[in-house]
Amino acid sequence: MDVVVCCKLVPDLVEELEVNEAGTDLDWAAVRWVLNEFDDHALEEALLLKESTGARVTVLVPEADGAEEVLYTALAKGADRAIRLTGLPPGAGSRALAAAFSQVLPSVGYDVILTGVQAVDDVDGQVGGLLSGMLGLPYVGVVTGVEVDWQARRAVVRKEYAGGVVEELEVDLPAVLGVQSARKPPRYAPVSKVRQLMREGKAEALPAELPAVPRAAVRRVFRPQTDRRAQILQGPAEQAAAQLVAILEERGLLRR
Amino acid sequence: MPRTGLDKVDGVLEQEVAVLEGMDISGHWNRMFEQRVVWDYPTEILEKITGLPGGESLAWCYQCGKCVPVCPVDIVGDYGPRKVYRKAQLGVDLFRDPDLWLCTTCMNCLRVCPKAVDMIQIMPAVREVAVQEGQVPPELQKTFQNIAKYGNPMGESPRKRAEWVKDAGVPVTVLPADPRPVDVLWYVGSYPSYHPRGKDAARAMARVFFALGVDFGILGHEEWEDGDSVRLAGEKGLFEVLAERNIRTFAKYQFRRIVVTGPHEYNAFKKVYPQYGGEYEVLHYTQFLEPMIPRLREMFVREVRCRVTFHDPCYLGRHHGEYDAPRRLLQAIPGVELVEMPRCRENGYCCGGGGGGMWLDSFTRDYTRERLSDRRVREAVETGAEVLAVCCPYEVSRFEDAVKATGNDGKLVVRDIIELVDEALGSPRAG
Repeated sequence: MDVVVCCKLVPDLVEELEVNEAGTDLDWAAVRWVLNEFDDHALEEALLLKESTGARVTVLVPEADGAEEVLYTALAKGADRAIRLTGLPPGAGSRALAAAFSQVLPSVGYDVILTGVQAVDDVDGQVGGLLSGMLGLPYVGVVTGVEVDWQARRAVVRKEYAGGVVEELEVDLPAVLGVQSARKPPRYAPVSKVRQLMREGKAEALPAELPAVPRAAVRRVFRPQTDRRAQILQGPAEQAAAQLVAILEERGLLRR
Repeated sequence: MPRTGLDKVDGVLEQEVAVLEGMDISGHWNRMFEQRVVWDYPTEILEKITGLPGGESLAWCYQCGKCVPVCPVDIVGDYGPRKVYRKAQLGVDLFRDPDLWLCTTCMNCLRVCPKAVDMIQIMPAVREVAVQEGQVPPELQKTFQNIAKYGNPMGESPRKRAEWVKDAGVPVTVLPADPRPVDVLWYVGSYPSYHPRGKDAARAMARVFFALGVDFGILGHEEWEDGDSVRLAGEKGLFEVLAERNIRTFAKYQFRRIVVTGPHEYNAFKKVYPQYGGEYEVLHYTQFLEPMIPRLREMFVREVRCRVTFHDPCYLGRHHGEYDAPRRLLQAIPGVELVEMPRCRENGYCCGGGGGGMWLDSFTRDYTRERLSDRRVREAVETGAEVLAVCCPYEVSRFEDAVKATGNDGKLVVRDIIELVDEALGSPRAG
């Protein structure tokens, strides 16, 4: 039984983010990469499934600086296969990412596909849904726990709502699940184990073709702007109020 | 005599005839010369520990209890080196027991142990197995991950490691940008590079070096955590990555000796890096400055009038026998009156930060009545001192928290020795 975890790396916010010269995107060359936190939880949930049911866990990560480390860390934690997808540019977007995953998934084989429900880079949260559409599978998002019955080809998943309400859903397999958090915090991979696996070089690579997909055009990427300093209106209340009205009128913020 | 395993003997044996130094002492009571009943316990856990490289000496414990009154954790909790053996004997699995993470490797038990039972070897060996099995307290796990990814325990940007330099007020050679040969490679360390109060000490050090005309450079973003506490906390693989990386970095530059801010780096570079091919002349900053005391005396322009007590860092004192350099430096500062705490020098109390303890405070809290640093701060207050002087970068943050936690805010301030030296040289007081 195959559990596949679709991951990606996102800019590490430990470093300052730089906007490119055109002002339309991040300066990708200046970015330090880190595994998307939600994907880390998806991986943990997959490893918990492996421990409880003996599933085989495969991790897919699009190429980026730091992807190798993510792959070998996943292997050290207990994943069985770790595959780097080549040919995707940084910041590829949900649609391209979902299309690339859907290209390679049939050859990898899957019964459950887990992915982080969203990522900090675009907060788009669409990869899971798009992927399920492309593969013709059911999708459940914001999942906080998965149990599978391989024989019945069914999974019971938990979803948490605001106010502490939990929903339990039954879903036919194969299915795509967008993971909000695993049942346990992501485990630790000892560095010596990661290094040993790096020496063995077990991680694989698969080419993904960048499909032509529609994408929203970014007009401008910019930092929140800090405005000029506040102006304190002096004098008695009536006088200050009159000044305020004048200022609002002058800036076109007043409709009479 | 090393004894690596224990023989489980069925029943108790007696010698039919026992002759000792010519005297016939045959009789039932001679059973004490045979296997004692104490061995009639399950030996699996003890054997698992004593079978580890570094774990052997636990078998030598004969339960004399000399370690009990000197163990800083035993004083505030139920953990104790003697109990580690006894509990293992009773089948408590140290590999999964909270006891495993309570030892701060302060070395006070080894100092008094007549059998040389060495917790500095035993604990890291057992912890290494636990780490391999993924049994790591969460806060320690986060620290390991931060150090592996960013080269510092707090998970700060490696690019910002030398940002403190901007406010030092004196020129500091950052070797990656200006790779010239220097006399002193100053390994700044993670806490002096990033912690707000640590940075105060780093800036003070830069000013003192500059005033003395020391020809020094730092490694800036190329400096990574030394890894000694990581090693003692059981992440040997990560320590090796850090050691190899730092040794490669050191090899890129020309220097005569390394001066370190912290005793943990001192221990790493002096004792452990040589095993990985990195051999250097290493000095703790107090040792480096001690010979310059006559010059410093001529340069001091200000009295730092205060009553000071000094906390011996475990890794400078007990681990390396250096008790005098920090004290001489303190006593050279005009106006400083040094008073000792009852637990000082060889029997100095531990701040709780060593051996990974720095990153286990919320874990340890559940097994101790009082934080070690809180205890130490109370001891400092009892001397009537106004200043608790330290020379280990772990301690400023630990003791400042403890001063607040024990309600001694306003009574005691914590300052690195180098800050006091800097102040006496005329710098405006920071922190």
